[in-house]
Order: sequence, then C-alpha cells, then structure tokens
Amino acid sequence: MIIVQYLYYPGCTLKTSAVNLEATAFQIMEALGHEMVEMEEWNCCGVVSSLTDDDLMHHLAPLRNLVHAEDQGFERIITLCDMCANTLKQTNIRVNESEEDLEKLNSFMDRENDYKKTVRVQHFLEFIRDDVGWKVLKKKLKKPLKGMKIMPYYGCTLLRPREVAIDDAEEPRVLADLIKTLGGECIDNPFKIECCGSHHTIDDKELTSRRAYKISKYALDKGADAIMLSCPLCRFNLDVRGKEAEDMFTGYQQIPVFYYTQLVAIALGLDIEPSDLAGHAVAPEQLLKDKEIVSAEEIVVV
Amino acid sequence: MSEATEKECSSSNSTPSPSEVIKIDGDLIDEMEDLCDEDLFGCYQCGTCAAGCPFIEEMDLTPDEVIRKVIMNEKDVLDSRTIWICASCYTCAERCPRDIDITKIMEVLRQLILRKNIDETDINDLSEEEKRSIPQMAFVCLFRKNIG
Repeated sequence: MIIVQYLYYPGCTLKTSAVNLEATAFQIMEALGHEMVEMEEWNCCGVVSSLTDDDLMHHLAPLRNLVHAEDQGFERIITLCDMCANTLKQTNIRVNESEEDLEKLNSFMDRENDYKKTVRVQHFLEFIRDDVGWKVLKKKLKKPLKGMKIMPYYGCTLLRPREVAIDDAEEPRVLADLIKTLGGECIDNPFKIECCGSHHTIDDKELTSRRAYKISKYALDKGADAIMLSCPLCRFNLDVRGKEAEDMFTGYQQIPVFYYTQLVAIALGLDIEPSDLAGHAVAPEQLLKDKEIVSAEEIVVV
Repeated sequence: MSEATEKECSSSNSTPSPSEVIKIDGDLIDEMEDLCDEDLFGCYQCGTCAAGCPFIEEMDLTPDEVIRKVIMNEKDVLDSRTIWICASCYTCAERCPRDIDITKIMEVLRQLILRKNIDETDINDLSEEEKRSIPQMAFVCLFRKNIG
C-alpha cells in the first residue's frame, strides 16, 4: 500500500485551544491511509487578509509559509483552520495575479527563496470532499451517527470572499453532505452562513453571546442535538459565548458544538481519547452516549 | 437631504473623536483613494448590504449610510460605531448588486484612524483568564482590525 504524504500547516490556534481538531484530523488521515506531516518553520498566517490595496506588508507572513511549502518539496498545503486557509489563499491569488507585488514581497525575505507560485492551499474539508470522496468515507464508517440531528454551521471564511470559497457562498452543502455521509440527519438553517461574532469575542463578548444565541437558538428550536463546524474561532464563540448566553436569555440552553473532524473520527470508529473531546463549554460526551453512538466505557468523561 | 446624511454618528464623550483628531482638509473620498479603488458613486442606496448584515442591530449607521456619508464628505462617519462593529464577514460585498466591496470600505475607514496611531481597543483591559482562554486567532484578528 502506498502511503501518500501531505503537508499540514497548523496555525496558532491548532496548537492551543483547538488541539482536539488537529488530533482528530491526524487520526482520520491515518485511518484513510494517508500521512500528514507538519510544515517546518511555519509562522502565523496573519488571520485577516489585507483589505487595503496599499497594504502588501500583511501578505508577507502568508507568503513565507507558501515558500516553505515549496522549499519542503510540496505542491499543496492542507489547513484545518478556516481563517488560515482564507488568508493563505488570498495571498496566493494576489501574488499569482501581480508579478510586481510578488517581486516586492520576495525582496523583503532575505533568508527565503523566491516564491515560484507552485503551491495550492486546500482546506481539510475540501480534501475530504474532493480527494477522499463521500463514497469512500461512507464505506469506512463503523459507527454511523444514526439518530443524531446536526445543524451545519459554515460561518464566513470558508465561503467568502468568493475567490477563496470552498463552496457556494449562499447555499453551501459540503457540511450537509458530510453529515448525511456520516449517517446523521442534517438540520438546515438560515444562520449557517452568518458571522459568529469573530474577534468581538474579545472586545464585546456580550455581542458575541447574542450572535451565538441567535444561531444556536434556531438549531435548538428545530430539534437539533448538536452543531457541526470547522473554524476554531466559531467553535469558541458558539460553544463558550453560547454557554454564557444562558445567563442572558431565560430558559436558553446551549447545545454541544463539534468540529467535523471529531464526528468523522467517531463515525469511523477510531479510538477517541478524552482529550479529543475536551475543552468544550458544553461537554459533548453525554449526547454521544444518549444517542448510543459510543458506549459509556468508550469515552471517559473528564 | 437624505435621512442618512442628517444622522449624526455616536462619538466618545470625553476624549476627542477620531474625526476631530484626524484633520482631513480635503474630501474624505480622496483620502480613501490610495487605499482602495472602489467606486462609491456606484452605490444607489438599495440597502442590500444593510439587509444582509448580521451585525445590523449593533450598528449606529447602516453600511449604505456609511457610504452615503463618505460621498457627502461627512467626516463624522469616522466616529461611527459601525466601522468597528463590522467583522469583515464579506456578506455585503458578496451580495452588493453594484459590485462594491463594502468590506473594504469599512477597513479603509478604520485604517484612516489606525494609521494615525489611534487604537480602538486597549488590550490591557483584559483579565489574565481571558488572555489564556480566548483563541489566539481572535487576538491576532483583533490586533489587525482594531490596533494600528
């Protein structure tokens, strides 16, 4: 069996509050017969792409990562974070469209080789959809998410701006297709493409709680058991700020928020460590037990 | 005069507002030119941006009112809460029937302020617990949006 190796770009949050997203993604890759190696000397992507025409400086950090991928012999970077994928893709487009900008940026990097424009950036969800495929994934399932009603949530940076979108900006379906592939029931909703509150989780956390409430309340009213998403910041805002919204809105109860990788790993029947489900404000273990997707012995509540 | 141009933006009470500190002698739209090449005069005030904005309830001006004020050279648009509430989710830019990148306009207005060393957020106000628990990407995002 030939094991294909892919280059993984983590980004800051995958090494801290989203370690469970990273760990479960690596487990999935192994189960699918692939190998993912972490990029050497990666640096922060900058999180937000430059929005002003004169601001080339903020393309430097993403470009440096693209150069490292090239230097390490890869033509593709796989990312788990939505904002990293977005930022790296936007820089890649800018330098592919403007030789002048690329020259300027190359001249700012002393230690690195010039970027030769040979790398493409791919979000892990795109990899699962386009390279693995729903049929292959479905065949490998050992514990389908039978009876689980799940609301997909996309947020912003997977879908906008359209140049870097992984799906249709208004009517995306990748997460819905994934939920169905995993054997769950998809609860569609009009809030799936609305912003979670983003960085306002720092400067106005009550605003973010109001956003989380609005999004999650719809899921709750429609009978969803959980929300499934991919972005570490969306997870924090819907889960943590959503939990805090319980004190702001009488009778409101936040439902569990999963990374799609957690649910894929569970449905594949992989060994789930307590740490893979840790760090959630609304602990998801009980739901998995109630739905008889995992037995009480399989996941130790910590 | 439209309602939008009559509307005054909220500004902080004690300290001078950004529009008072940043002395722009000429037209605001000319100041914005180097930072973006969006055709603001193409806006016909349809309100699609306002209708789709997930933060509209939190804003003092709707996005189309922001554009209108820029066109009318009403510099107190720089004192608006709206430009800081905008999280750059790109919904307005995606839906604008005139293909105006409103997300970019908001950033340009923020940049006019931030490049004068006027920060919107003081990170020192945060508790140690918040600094530990909030994802790093939120901090980098905030630094990029609110701190010059």
